[in-house]
Amino acid sequence: MMNAPAAKPATLYEKIVEAHTIRELDATHVLLYVDRHVLNEYTSPQAFAGLRQAGRRVSRPEASLGVVDHVNPTAPLRSRLVPDPQAARQVDYFEENCREFGIECFGILDPRQGIEHVVVPEQGIALPGMVIACGDSHTTTYGAFGVLGFGVGTSEVEHVLATQTLVYERLKNMRIVVRGSLPLGVTAKDIVMSVIRRLGAAGATGYAVEFDGPTVGALDLAGRMTLCNMIVEAGARGALIAPDESAFRFLHGRARAPRGAHWDRAIEHWRGLHTDPDAAFQRELQLEASQIAPLVSWGTSPEQVIGIGDRIPDPADEVDTTRRGGMSRALGYMDLQPGTPIRGIKIDRAFIGSCTNGRLEDLRDAAKILAGRRVAAGVRAMVVPGSTQVRRDAEAEGIDQVFISAGFEWRQSGCSMCLAMNDDVLESGERCASSTNRNFEGRQGRGGRTHLMSPAMVAAAALAGHIADVRDFQGER
Amino acid sequence: MQPFTKVSGTAAPLPQGNVDTDVIMPKQFLKGITREGLARGCFYDLRYDAAGNERPEFILNQPGYRQSVFLAVGPNFGCGSSREHAVWGLRQLGVRALIGSSFASIFQDNCFRNGLLPVSLTPDQARHVQAVCSDPAHNTLEVDLTAQAILLHGGARIDFDIDPLRKDDLLSGRDAIAATLQYAADIESFEREHWKAQPWLNPLLRVP
Repeated sequence: MMNAPAAKPATLYEKIVEAHTIRELDATHVLLYVDRHVLNEYTSPQAFAGLRQAGRRVSRPEASLGVVDHVNPTAPLRSRLVPDPQAARQVDYFEENCREFGIECFGILDPRQGIEHVVVPEQGIALPGMVIACGDSHTTTYGAFGVLGFGVGTSEVEHVLATQTLVYERLKNMRIVVRGSLPLGVTAKDIVMSVIRRLGAAGATGYAVEFDGPTVGALDLAGRMTLCNMIVEAGARGALIAPDESAFRFLHGRARAPRGAHWDRAIEHWRGLHTDPDAAFQRELQLEASQIAPLVSWGTSPEQVIGIGDRIPDPADEVDTTRRGGMSRALGYMDLQPGTPIRGIKIDRAFIGSCTNGRLEDLRDAAKILAGRRVAAGVRAMVVPGSTQVRRDAEAEGIDQVFISAGFEWRQSGCSMCLAMNDDVLESGERCASSTNRNFEGRQGRGGRTHLMSPAMVAAAALAGHIADVRDFQGER
Repeated sequence: MQPFTKVSGTAAPLPQGNVDTDVIMPKQFLKGITREGLARGCFYDLRYDAAGNERPEFILNQPGYRQSVFLAVGPNFGCGSSREHAVWGLRQLGVRALIGSSFASIFQDNCFRNGLLPVSLTPDQARHVQAVCSDPAHNTLEVDLTAQAILLHGGARIDFDIDPLRKDDLLSGRDAIAATLQYAADIESFEREHWKAQPWLNPLLRVP
């Protein structure tokens, strides 16, 4: 008697897509069920307006959550008042829309408010095996829990609201395996920046990326979120890490995580969420963690990254003409000369925060460097906790006092100067050491110059007054 | 959505790689609650100086390129933020198609949802189109979606591939939500089974 043919080995990504496929639409597209939908005030207004115009309702309001995060001020004293009238209108309209369509909303004064991608895991909303869509590119963050999260535009926000589905094109599979132990001063941020440098800003376009290997398994969930969050800067439309015991520990007891018998059943299901041994990846990348140095971006694309001991590269050495043009343009915008050591470049501002690096663990990392020291004269330094909960937890540990004593502004949570939609903005010509994810022209303010790095590296730069090596501030004093 | 079938007009070369959506639509133009009023914001920092005056060196401010309906763009166009405002702004500026070699994935989806055709050619072909358009005497071309072809000045033809489903969307200009709602019964039965197998996913069962 013949045995039934074994199921084709599948990647974790393929399993999640399969488990959410309502129907195949053609050879490459499926109608995909979306478990949860996260909304913010700036990419949702036109979606709600579209629903109204077409006379449509929200199909599953209970599956959506609204969070105010992009435009709210982060001044130390929290207020419902938003001084910028346009931003205020966006916040009001958002809350109005959520109310009218029956969607839960965390407004500015809600103790659960924060950057959406910090809040959702914090509340235990992102659960292994889910599909989560959001009108924000950094939705890949949830991959740290084995969640297929991805960003969509406003038209798709409207589509999810109206149907709880998306017309979805299947991606190719890429695996990034990281082995070896992280050297002192090297963090998840440096891992993902080194991956983006290797792949390029479009190197993962068309792919879902699975991070794997002992180094990834040894990272805490905050570090895993940093990896999955920022790989979108290489073009990935999804990032995954197979959920393990530390992911389950993170989720256990969180406000929206399952409880009791549901929790037991869920865990059992989640333990099966991993890539089959013989599954095929169209691309694989191996990384040796011990070879990674603390990294800093020098240009205006997240692929333009060098080690803290390196010099600004020379476009003349680049053979690809488009890339060479981009390098020259970036040097002009950043006001840098080829051959200059990156270490020692003077900064005006230091920023710690964002959905990439605004979690409690990130603040702890920076505080370790800052303890007992002072920010250099002439540097304005601020820390914007990723959520109101992160801010409270940090205060309970006394970390706020470390930042304040060092000369940092201790602010309220929001996206803040990561994209500068609120009043936290760089002046033209100002140079900023930043724990964020994008160093695009004008991203933090017109004419502003952004150097991406880990939170601990930002702390080191703030102390030194110039881009510095965090390892000079670690260990014995 | 305005359908795209066959469009003729002038094209402007914008050859740099990794043009991100922050550059296409800077933050100060993201605070509206409608899709309108975004033409001025499009490429704002490239088109205008700090005082709000036109920068003569920017291609779209030059004679022969001001009314461009096509942009011949570099690789990875539209990377970064998911902001659909970038696509709305391009459309309001009068742009109907982008001719390049690769587009960022969220941006590309947004294009298809707004009648803006992203044409993906090989890098060599894309550079050729940029080169031809660099001469304002030769920058008129035709993009025929039905035939999947670009006709350059002088009649040279470049064929292109496109996802058939997205092609139909653009040709018909159909309402994507209405198209999905024809599967409403499938969605409902899927959801029922999905929640039966994994009851903790059901948001209606949430413990208060």
